[in-house]
Amino acid sequence: MGEAIVVTSGKGGVGKTTTSANLGTALAMLGQKVCMVDTDIGLRNLDVVMGLENRIVYDLIDVAEGRCRVNQALIKDKRFDELYMLPAAQTKDKNDISPEQVRQIIESLKPDFDYIIIDCPAGIEQGFRNAIAGASQAIVVTTPENAAVRDADRVIGLLEKSNFPSPKLVINRIRPGLVRSGDMLEVDDICQVLAIDLIGIVPDDESVIKAAHSGEPTVMNVNSRAAIAYRNIARRILGETVPLAHLDEKSGMFSKVKKFLGMG
Amino acid sequence: MTGKTIITIKGVKEGLVFLLDDQCDFVELLDELSAKLDKHVQQFNGPIVHIFIKLGARQLNEEDKERIKSIFRKQGNLLIQSIESDSPEVDPDAKEVPQLHTMIGMVRSGQTVEYDGHMLLIGDVNPGGTIRCSGDVYVLGALRGSVHAGTQGNEEAIIAASLMRPTQLRIADVISRPPDEWTSAEPWMEYAFLREGKMAIDKLTSLGRQRKEVMLFKGV
Repeated sequence: MGEAIVVTSGKGGVGKTTTSANLGTALAMLGQKVCMVDTDIGLRNLDVVMGLENRIVYDLIDVAEGRCRVNQALIKDKRFDELYMLPAAQTKDKNDISPEQVRQIIESLKPDFDYIIIDCPAGIEQGFRNAIAGASQAIVVTTPENAAVRDADRVIGLLEKSNFPSPKLVINRIRPGLVRSGDMLEVDDICQVLAIDLIGIVPDDESVIKAAHSGEPTVMNVNSRAAIAYRNIARRILGETVPLAHLDEKSGMFSKVKKFLGMG
Repeated sequence: MTGKTIITIKGVKEGLVFLLDDQCDFVELLDELSAKLDKHVQQFNGPIVHIFIKLGARQLNEEDKERIKSIFRKQGNLLIQSIESDSPEVDPDAKEVPQLHTMIGMVRSGQTVEYDGHMLLIGDVNPGGTIRCSGDVYVLGALRGSVHAGTQGNEEAIIAASLMRPTQLRIADVISRPPDEWTSAEPWMEYAFLREGKMAIDKLTSLGRQRKEVMLFKGV
């Protein structure tokens, strides 16, 4: 039986879809059988980020309304054999499916997969309730901004109320330079306010933007620091103990020399 | 409606005692009462019978008591002697000393906790979270959200926290917005109170002096 993990945040634009795509791909790279489910009905993005948009035939609503079987709606990834995704409908909206229908679809996927990653829409309304309905574990994504942390806190409260025992936290888009100069929230401060387990920190990285542009998940890029961070989160999901990476290692050759000479 | 009898009639030496259920709906009770009296109309014919009505925990105003009386008045021979409720406050002091309610957990953004009395929260109040209390509020943790103490106008109420970093504090009708009005960066426990109608912050150890409570701890 697979484990269903919902990726949520409350606030929009903090990187839920990017995190879902990269965790799904990273887990598949580690040999797991993964299905990603996009529940952002009406504003689907996961297929675009994964570069699978042109393969969509059926979607989540088609499955819910019985126009096809769930296996017919699944899209196999072009890079990994064990990676699938179930796209959201683009022409409907969040109220066209109920939490119970989503729960049944997720249940029907569980026997065939090790992990089901559910990409949640922004907000705390019907779309959020749909997304968390089938999940047994939650990952809350936030960025080091007060607004995002506030919304993450709200979502954690709602998750705790919906019997998610211990949501996990991903802090995305950290800019070590700004943190050092005191212009960005520190990881420790965010953890103190939110008081949940930190499962990963992801640095702000241009390669994520490039990857989304080309429809290739960032984790495939060996040199990207964000990719390493996502792969580490995937390993932590699998139960490995991976220490948090130091974010301010980003020193070029010149500064290394400076440090060596005692000028850094 | 339910199988349960909501009216029990007992005969005593002085007359009849009507025990009325105190949990059911009042209208339902009145209906049942008229039905019962109509059913037993034969028995209630004849000499004057004194009626004692016991309402249990139910409290009624004069108007509602009149509605009960009018039902009995339809039967000529029933004379109401008394309508009584169980006294609600056994202990008059109980009202003056509000209960301290202890709560463990975090008050997160969007969550509100309300309590009539004093409140001790073991945990944090996050930005966007709210505690509203008619008495004092003590936070054993970080207070980053908003707290309203003395909601019913008690200006003596205080707000104490291990780490005082609130978004807003209110005591009775006074609202204060840190850090525009005051700031606190102290590492020790502090409390907020009203000093001549204005919000003030002091370290928690000063509370005893402010309340002028006599400390009588006996030591060796």
